Amino acid sequence: MARAIKYKPAGNFSWLVSTIYIIFLLLPIYWLVNMSFKENAEITGAFSLWPQNPTLRNYMVIFTDPSWYNGYINSIIYVALNTTISVLAALPAAYAFSRYRFLGDKHLFFWLLTNRMAPPAVFALPFFQLYSAFGLIDTHIAVALAHCLFNVPLAVWILEGFMSGVPKEIDETAYIDGYSFPRFFVKIFMPLIASGIGVAAFFCFMFSWVELLLARTLTTTAAKPISAIMTRTVSASGMDWGVLAAAGVLTIVPGALVIYFVRNYIAKGFALGRV
Amino acid sequence: MEKTWNNKAWFLVLPVLLLVAFSAAIPLMTVVNYSVQDTFGNNAFFWAGTDWFDDILHSARFWEALQRNLLFSFIILALEIPLGIFIALNMPKKGIGVPVCLVLMALPLLIPWNVVGTIWQVFGRVDIGLLGHTLAALGIDYNYVRDPLDAWITVVVMDVWHWTSLVVLLCYAGLVSIPDAYYQAAKIDGASRWSVFRYIQLPKMKRVLLIAVLLRFMDSFMIYTEPFVVTGGGPGNSTTFLSIDLVKTAVGQFDLGPAAAMSIVYFLIILLLSWIFYTVMTSSDADN
Repeated sequence: MARAIKYKPAGNFSWLVSTIYIIFLLLPIYWLVNMSFKENAEITGAFSLWPQNPTLRNYMVIFTDPSWYNGYINSIIYVALNTTISVLAALPAAYAFSRYRFLGDKHLFFWLLTNRMAPPAVFALPFFQLYSAFGLIDTHIAVALAHCLFNVPLAVWILEGFMSGVPKEIDETAYIDGYSFPRFFVKIFMPLIASGIGVAAFFCFMFSWVELLLARTLTTTAAKPISAIMTRTVSASGMDWGVLAAAGVLTIVPGALVIYFVRNYIAKGFALGRV
Repeated sequence: MEKTWNNKAWFLVLPVLLLVAFSAAIPLMTVVNYSVQDTFGNNAFFWAGTDWFDDILHSARFWEALQRNLLFSFIILALEIPLGIFIALNMPKKGIGVPVCLVLMALPLLIPWNVVGTIWQVFGRVDIGLLGHTLAALGIDYNYVRDPLDAWITVVVMDVWHWTSLVVLLCYAGLVSIPDAYYQAAKIDGASRWSVFRYIQLPKMKRVLLIAVLLRFMDSFMIYTEPFVVTGGGPGNSTTFLSIDLVKTAVGQFDLGPAAAMSIVYFLIILLLSWIFYTVMTSSDADN
């Protein structure tokens, strides 16, 4: 009968709380989607809860104009670069933190944390000058490197959390069996923490994707991200609300697509691998 | 886990060290350099000592921005933490509802920050936004462009919309780690709903709540993009937080000296907060 006295999460109306909260979350997003299917005349002219004359014109503008769709390509390039660099650099470091004690390890870990917490606004100007000096302004690699500021520490923390869950006996057995460190790491260890690598990559992807301040400061035209292009929808004929809304909806899509795969790890990621 | 002492581990950390040194240490040195010098252009610099720090620490504008930012962070914590706990307690524990809730609730966290701003900018407009239009139809005078209080409410509600899910997800992760046996024991003892929360759920959530409070405090303390898009810091200076003020000085007016001095003061505050975060985290790690 132990099963029968299972504890109920809350009263009978508990589903109502989640439902109301989710409606609150989805209403503003719905409004953006709603606007993206309307003509500008309808947006500014008549107030309607759903598109009266649904149109794909706003999306067509984005998909046919290179200055728009290049923004998405630019964003994807630097986000992919950043994710690759961050995870590759963080893998050995996280292993070191999870397995060994070494001179200054705690200080180093703390220093990494301060970079995750550092306000990008502090770095905007020096970054601009540093990357100007190297001639890297308006390149994808500049933004990718700049975003390493907060993504590398994050990846180290998340991976360290996952690696600490793997028993140390596995390493020792492998070394006794004659594996060298690189071969052990790639052949045995990485498959064991595959889900951790996936989660770390997802969080690097996400934080690079949502960041605007540094990405905007370091680019002018050739590598300009979509989020910065969105700020220029004001034209002579007034604000192009429909295209703005469509561009916004398209930036939500990538996150919405991959979120299902990490739903159980998302709390762990935000908690820096500490749940 | 027992760790071995091995200084060769430094070689494994080296890539991270170089990468972060390039993207953090060198820029910070530039900032320090500017904060003690004055320039009249043409790359001619003059030693200015601590003048800029004097200016910043005596400027009303900086203190006002700091106060606004602290007030903002305080309001955010006071709203998001209790709300997040409440929602996490009421989330379904099993069945199809779990993934649906997790995915839908996490959605705002994955939207680019300036799009979050755009969404609320549009949503709150009286002429074309659902929220603004509804409020106007109800006869409430609401205009976030003109009225400082309305601007504040908009920015706060936007942040609650954007980040409460983080608190919910963390608390939920803490809650599902409580074994059923605890609840069964409470049931046998005839514990009330409140005592279950106070003596079982809250202690188990302590750790994740700590993370939630510190993360929300720090992220709200350096908020930039969302209020910048919605209000641009206005009306007047009413929503000009520290980051917005700093970017205005550094990139807008190109006042290198004052901006650098301000960056350092700002960074020292963050460093202090990070230290508190780290100490609290490692001591709670030791407890477990």
